[in-house]
Amino acid sequence: MSPILRPNTLDIISHSVAQTRRLGARLGMRAQAGDIFCLEGELGSGKTSFVQGIGEGMGVAGPVVSPTFVLVSVYSTPPGRPPLYHLDLYRITGPQEALDSGLEEYLYSEGVVAIEWPERIREILPIEHLWISFRYLEASKRGLMFQPRGARYEALVNELTRDIYGGKE
Amino acid sequence: MARILGIETSCDETAVAVVEDGRLILANVVASQVDLHRQYGGVFPEMASRQHILMIVPVVREALEQFGCTWSEIDAIAVTYGPGLPGSLLVGLNVAKGLAWSQGLPLVAVNHLEAHIYANWLVRPGDEMPLPPSFPAVCLVVSGGHTLLALMSDHGSYRLLGQTLDDAAGEAFDKVARLLGLGYPGGPAIQEASKNGDPAAYPLPRAWLGESLDFSFSGLKTAVLHLVQSGEAQPALRGKKLAAPLPAGAMKRLAIPDLAASFQEAVVEVLVEKTRRAAEEYRAAEVLLAGGVAANARLRAAMRERLSVPVRIPHPSLCTDNAAIVASAGYWRYRRGDIASWDQDIQPNARLPQD
Repeated sequence: MSPILRPNTLDIISHSVAQTRRLGARLGMRAQAGDIFCLEGELGSGKTSFVQGIGEGMGVAGPVVSPTFVLVSVYSTPPGRPPLYHLDLYRITGPQEALDSGLEEYLYSEGVVAIEWPERIREILPIEHLWISFRYLEASKRGLMFQPRGARYEALVNELTRDIYGGKE
Repeated sequence: MARILGIETSCDETAVAVVEDGRLILANVVASQVDLHRQYGGVFPEMASRQHILMIVPVVREALEQFGCTWSEIDAIAVTYGPGLPGSLLVGLNVAKGLAWSQGLPLVAVNHLEAHIYANWLVRPGDEMPLPPSFPAVCLVVSGGHTLLALMSDHGSYRLLGQTLDDAAGEAFDKVARLLGLGYPGGPAIQEASKNGDPAAYPLPRAWLGESLDFSFSGLKTAVLHLVQSGEAQPALRGKKLAAPLPAGAMKRLAIPDLAASFQEAVVEVLVEKTRRAAEEYRAAEVLLAGGVAANARLRAAMRERLSVPVRIPHPSLCTDNAAIVASAGYWRYRRGDIASWDQDIQPNARLPQD
């Protein structure tokens, strides 16, 4: 029989914005230079809250705000930690436009990259990445599914699962 | 006397203007791409920068014709360096450098957020010239990309008092307009839709964030989404419990005017109350409104009703992106000798310059 979920997939329900943010923070704490996090989901499904958490976990000072207007926001972190690049492709039509705007520089950088609306540039995404889908369930409830692509992200999701549910290191 | 030619291409308007002594508009040309972007529900960056390349030379030419004079009567060129879309900013900055170099004029680099505040100094041709704003002034800048409160104690001297922690107010207008199936840009669409609506119909949340002068509009957007998804905003479904969220296509027969009016009221109430608090706390001589959302009629009326200090609100045509505001902000920088070097670069994530 084929499995219902792929191995290493993490499927979780967040009950509040604060919880979504804390999930992001756990991921941010474990983020490394070159990591790519793709955040897919409708308006209001919690993507920006999650990135705010990533920033918190990485030690970004000051608010992480929606970069819809400027496409990409760059946040510096404490010495020795990679910067956070927050990309928002809400206004991008497709991969060609992303290339023309110079966005691929961020996809192959030494920073940690969090991308909202990544499905618009699927063709130019690095093959290895962490895909996180956000689903609207109820007023404050959201479903988050973490799907790793590649060994680095499988290990990361396993660590994250242990972080969230507890258990032996 | 000094005349500054301003160039603005930070987002979707290609704009050139000539302003005398930072106040009197001698020429003001704005070529908007709004119609081009309307069909996509937003600004598309690469399309924007291609359009700027096509438009910039004709727009410079038209501004000089309106001005009716020659380059010899221009004293400096001011241009927006950020924040904005990288590709769009590059077009304006490079054209400004080229013109300044070839005409032997100084180049002044202007922050787009500061430029918006200077709409309050501008006078349109034929209008009476009022006294300039007095300091200290509390400035509320609200646009598609920005929401901030700043204390301005002199020309070029700012202290950030508060800013949005997530979405900009204008962005919330755009995104809610999209949720409700209204057009782009969202500000005018929601203002129009709310004309026959009841602002108290839906109790939407206000993010006060305690004593802080920061803003948050993300929760408000989500609350509207919830009303739409749960069926509560559909009169036909009100009071009925749905087993599951409605599919996207089921967003029909919404109580649009009531929803739009309730949303607009929630945004306006927070903006006005925080501005009122800032004006009191910092003993502002005046409150200055700026940015595209300052064109919203409900916001303008509520500011004047509820604040006890004078509120200055620029003409709606000067609230949205234009180059007269760049020329005005550039004039005071030019007077202080704040001249840019030839290696001046764009700063897509620039913040308001602070003391």
